[in-house]
Amino acid sequence: MNKRVIVIGGGAAGMQAALRLKESGVEPTIVEREAETGGKLRDWYVLFPSFTPAADVLGELRRRVAERHIEVMTSTGVKSFTSREVTLDDGRRLACDAVVLATGFTLFDASLKEEYGYGLYDNVFTSADIERMLSRGRVAKADGSRPRRIALLHCVGSRDEKVCQQHCSRVCCITGVKQAMELKKLFPEADVFNFYMDIRMFGPGYEEMYREAQQKYNIHFVRGRISEASPTIDGRVQIKAEDTLTGRPLRMSVDMLVLLVGMRANDDNAALAEGAGLRRAPSGFIAPRNLFLGNVESDAAGIFLAGTVSAPKNIGETLNEATAAADAAVEYLKRS
Amino acid sequence: MATINFGYTISKPRAIDMDRNNLRKSDEILREMPELQACIGCGSCTAVCTAGNLTSFNFRRVHTLIRRGEYQGAYEEMNKCMLCGKCRLVCPRGINTRGVAMLIKRKLGDNRS
Repeated sequence: MNKRVIVIGGGAAGMQAALRLKESGVEPTIVEREAETGGKLRDWYVLFPSFTPAADVLGELRRRVAERHIEVMTSTGVKSFTSREVTLDDGRRLACDAVVLATGFTLFDASLKEEYGYGLYDNVFTSADIERMLSRGRVAKADGSRPRRIALLHCVGSRDEKVCQQHCSRVCCITGVKQAMELKKLFPEADVFNFYMDIRMFGPGYEEMYREAQQKYNIHFVRGRISEASPTIDGRVQIKAEDTLTGRPLRMSVDMLVLLVGMRANDDNAALAEGAGLRRAPSGFIAPRNLFLGNVESDAAGIFLAGTVSAPKNIGETLNEATAAADAAVEYLKRS
Repeated sequence: MATINFGYTISKPRAIDMDRNNLRKSDEILREMPELQACIGCGSCTAVCTAGNLTSFNFRRVHTLIRRGEYQGAYEEMNKCMLCGKCRLVCPRGINTRGVAMLIKRKLGDNRS
């Protein structure tokens, strides 16, 4: 089959979709905005719930993409596209027979929640910062010392109408549990508190991991959303919340406050969707044609969705969906 | 000199202050029965509790407060428990809640003497 499919986005979803297309005898081209493939996975240390190094997954995907001689265009942004043509930022036009959209998500900007002081106070971090620190092998307070008490706050930029993010980002809960365990391993003498609204352990092995964090790692879970953080005179962070299970306000000072930031829809989803005739969900993510029988298809024929461009997902789901999107594209090409 | 009674008082702060609370007793309890940490706050124990249906006793609330270092009145509250063990039959996390009740009484009873 002498057909060409352009895969927009070279993260986990894009690479897996391209691999599957190639396997099916279709010629894929990955168009990646950044200077290298990998997407968000590049900044992650280990993956829940197995503590598998993200580099293992990413390395293997990259190795396969290289081994199968899949064309990859890096540092290449997409301005607009239809199922038959992709227009790049520099004005070049690439002809194709179908498109797999795998542009992923944007991390919520924690500084928008000003009450938590991210970017204002020392020792307020995001979950992405912690992953980077873990990757570099050094987690510490701003002054380089070891934390004695750490708080992680769930749902920052998720389930929050104040910042126009009503959806649940799904993976932050398990990331919070994972990071709490990693921090406890690094600092056994520290007390670690997770402040949550609900704990949503949706994947295989997640609930077990949550229980392990509670019982084996002695991590404290407090049901209540932190209302505000403020700096103390000695450079720590004071936080306030309601301990809703006791019905009492609660306050404490901590050495590190970690904000578990959610996934939000990319800013360019609106323009891309309009140009291609796609529909967006109220959350801003691209809506699939049908949530059950067409969940990797879009409203436009010949345009397929893979990974977190359509909703927050974990890596396993993303890889499965990329395979399904590629298969749907191949079926479409056979028919057309 | 006698204090003039103006007819009002200042309320004590209700907040749980984790910077002031001493978690030593709480840590001892959790070290002896780490399974208590697996509580997910579902309230099954309290829903099924006979004492809780007849008095203000709330097992979930009392043990949660103890885990935050709030021991005031906890021993007296725990004395409302009749140790029937129905809570243990319903706990979805398999916590030996009856054992926890006895442990709390023992530890906080020590505290008082």
